[in-house]
Amino acid sequence: MFESLGNRLQTVFENLQRRGKLTEADVDTAMREVRLALLEADVNFKVVKEFVKRVRERSVGHEVMRSLTPGQQVVKIVHEELIQTLGEPGRLNLGMQSPAIIMLVGLQGSGKTTTAAKLALHLRRDGRRPLLVAADVYRPAAIDQLETLGRQLDVPVYSEGPGANPPRLAQKAVRFATEQGLTTVIIDTAGRLNIDEKMMDEIKSIRDNVRPIETLLIADAMTGQEAVRVASDFDKAVDLTGLIMTKIDGDARGGAAISMREVTDVPIKFLATGEKLDAFEVFHPDRMASRILGMGDVLTLIEKAQTEMDEEDARQASEKLLSGEFTLEDFLKQMQQIKRLGPIGQLMEMIPGMNRMAGDVDLSNAESEMGRIEAIIRSMTLEERRNPRILKASRKRRVASGSGTSVQDVNALLKQFREMQRVMKQFKQGRGNRGIANLFGGFR
Amino acid sequence: MFRNLRDSLTRTRQSVFGQIVNVLGAGDIDEETWEDLEALLIQADMGVPTTLELVENLRERVNNEGLYRADQLTEALKDELRAMLDDQPEFSMEKPRQLTVVMIVGVNGSGKTTTIGKLAHYYKKRGKKVMMVAGDTFRAAAIDQLKIWSDRADVPIVAGQPDGDPAAIIYDGIRATRGRGYDLLLIDTAGRLHTKYNLMQEIEKIYRVCRQSVHAAPHEVLLVLDAPTGQNALVQATKFKDSVHVTGVVLTKLDSTAKGGMVFAIYKELGLPVRFIGTGEKIDDIAPFDADQFVEGLFEA
Ligand SMILES: Nc1nc2c(ncn2[C@@H]2O[C@H](COP(=O)(O)OP(=O)(O)OP(=O)(O)O)[C@@H](O)[C@H]2O)c(=O)[nH]1
Ligand SMILES: [Mg+2]
Repeated sequence: MFESLGNRLQTVFENLQRRGKLTEADVDTAMREVRLALLEADVNFKVVKEFVKRVRERSVGHEVMRSLTPGQQVVKIVHEELIQTLGEPGRLNLGMQSPAIIMLVGLQGSGKTTTAAKLALHLRRDGRRPLLVAADVYRPAAIDQLETLGRQLDVPVYSEGPGANPPRLAQKAVRFATEQGLTTVIIDTAGRLNIDEKMMDEIKSIRDNVRPIETLLIADAMTGQEAVRVASDFDKAVDLTGLIMTKIDGDARGGAAISMREVTDVPIKFLATGEKLDAFEVFHPDRMASRILGMGDVLTLIEKAQTEMDEEDARQASEKLLSGEFTLEDFLKQMQQIKRLGPIGQLMEMIPGMNRMAGDVDLSNAESEMGRIEAIIRSMTLEERRNPRILKASRKRRVASGSGTSVQDVNALLKQFREMQRVMKQFKQGRGNRGIANLFGGFR
Repeated sequence: MFRNLRDSLTRTRQSVFGQIVNVLGAGDIDEETWEDLEALLIQADMGVPTTLELVENLRERVNNEGLYRADQLTEALKDELRAMLDDQPEFSMEKPRQLTVVMIVGVNGSGKTTTIGKLAHYYKKRGKKVMMVAGDTFRAAAIDQLKIWSDRADVPIVAGQPDGDPAAIIYDGIRATRGRGYDLLLIDTAGRLHTKYNLMQEIEKIYRVCRQSVHAAPHEVLLVLDAPTGQNALVQATKFKDSVHVTGVVLTKLDSTAKGGMVFAIYKELGLPVRFIGTGEKIDDIAPFDADQFVEGLFEA
């Protein structure tokens, strides 16, 4: 649908490499691509302009000219500059005073309530005793929502009925925390528009009443160009101390992170990566930069693989794979392991070079394809999985109806499986370097 | 270091398109005009391909029609934008039939539940007998939230237990309308990212339940998108359309400073028209989409 930044840069820089030498005109061409790609990633227009200017300044001149592979050098500069713009990963600064007060602010629907609960869980794991405060007294059932989450986590929630006055409520909550010996107060405020003066005044009053040590803007990773104005308005109103990007588990490229960072100059402190309450991660600028660039986030992948994959299983599977003894049963096992790692599209982006293959392979469908394949294999007997040749017409019909697919689907899978075995043999002989792409993309 | 940028980003409080009127003042069209125009379209979240195409079309028109003043561009641009939203397909929600079943879908937090409350009120005012069903059994207090909207709109609701099977409760909802003269059933669903395989399966199941229970249902599947969303909106629309045959879009949070420019690409690429716009958190903050007005609105300061 849209070309990733990595794709674009690679295409442009391949040309540059062939030329061997960088002229100013080359850099200009490259910068045009960088600009478009950043815009496609939803980085704010003006931020892109500044960014490209900085990269250009660093690129033209000896740094690149003297480099042996100018293309790579420019990619590196873009990457470094992105990392620098994204800034150091922020840590929560909770100070010495108890209770430490954290206020969450943001637009409607950005994920404040869920994030409040995640933060509580995170802090409790750090040995703190959190209190959640339901200061959204407007949205229907917002209080119930926080109370439900509090119950799930066994974290106390301070709330009053709808119609309470949030600044006063916040003050009382802090007093309550002090009395109860709770060490961290997390205030969930109502979503509001940055241009709604009355509502912006309300968070100012909360701020004045309780003096939070952390004021975090909760922002949706899918946000477009308005990210800058939203972030800077909230920053002006309540002096943000950090950002949390939510819905990172989607497939938005997340350029808003760059925009917001640049206009507020406060660090990104966490990423929210799912609806479960432990889907909450520390922010790594290098990974984020790589993800936005489509350059491959190998670190994350390796880390994930280490924690989630059974190493012994993986080793066995790859041995079998290469020896051609790989069965549908093994295939099923592998897919389950891969699925545990996260959305497949996201995984593929983490592998360098893989994103380039995304051109021929619609990765976004890979996950649903995997689900279908899984259903088909599951509808086979163990014998059939080990020896698919015994699958004749009537068995195929049974498998198809058992998995809610068609006989064509079953045939396609079997054909692709044979193809995969063939490719793997080539792979072993060092010919098919696109083996892994076929593994995922072949089934359609 | 970023001081200047920060200032320049926030100096103007004016709508992006409002600036077009200024930018495209009375001066002659030059390269800078085109750059400014491109900047303004990008900043309205029109997306890169749409922006480039619009600029290209306008350049052609300037050549062909001999336009030479920048302010003439404003009218030409409005034309182009209106043309992009032309030929909207008929809205099947309002066709007479026994029972109209409408599914509301979208990513987390886009405004689905609020939209159901508003739509219930909107159609009730227009004499329809409306019922809602609480298909979000997952998110904490989602059922309570919809119940409050059912009170506000004064329409009945069918709801089950938290963590229940959404398809089952929707089936109950459809049954509850039987023989009681209901015109419209509004189905709330849990927010879900289009990248989640299991959740997309779940919503396909809900779709099938509708399909199997009522002739030609669901008659509309409305994707709720919020205006602040950037270019991922097109990806969302594509995925939800593939999965549950989305028929139209509700564009919410237009009371924000965001312009929701992605709806142009969504209509052009996927043929999905905007049906309603949401302009606030109150029950009346909803209006049918009017393409001309929408384009006109983009230019208001
Ligand atoms: N300003 C403004 N806020 C809106 C609009 N529509 C919805 N909201 C707010 O956006 C937030 C999310 O709305 P919901 O209706 O709960 O969204 P949802 O899509 O049902 O959310 P989930 O079910 O959690 O995925 C709430 O705070 C709403 O009040 C709108 O048109 N304008
Ligand atoms: Mg909802």
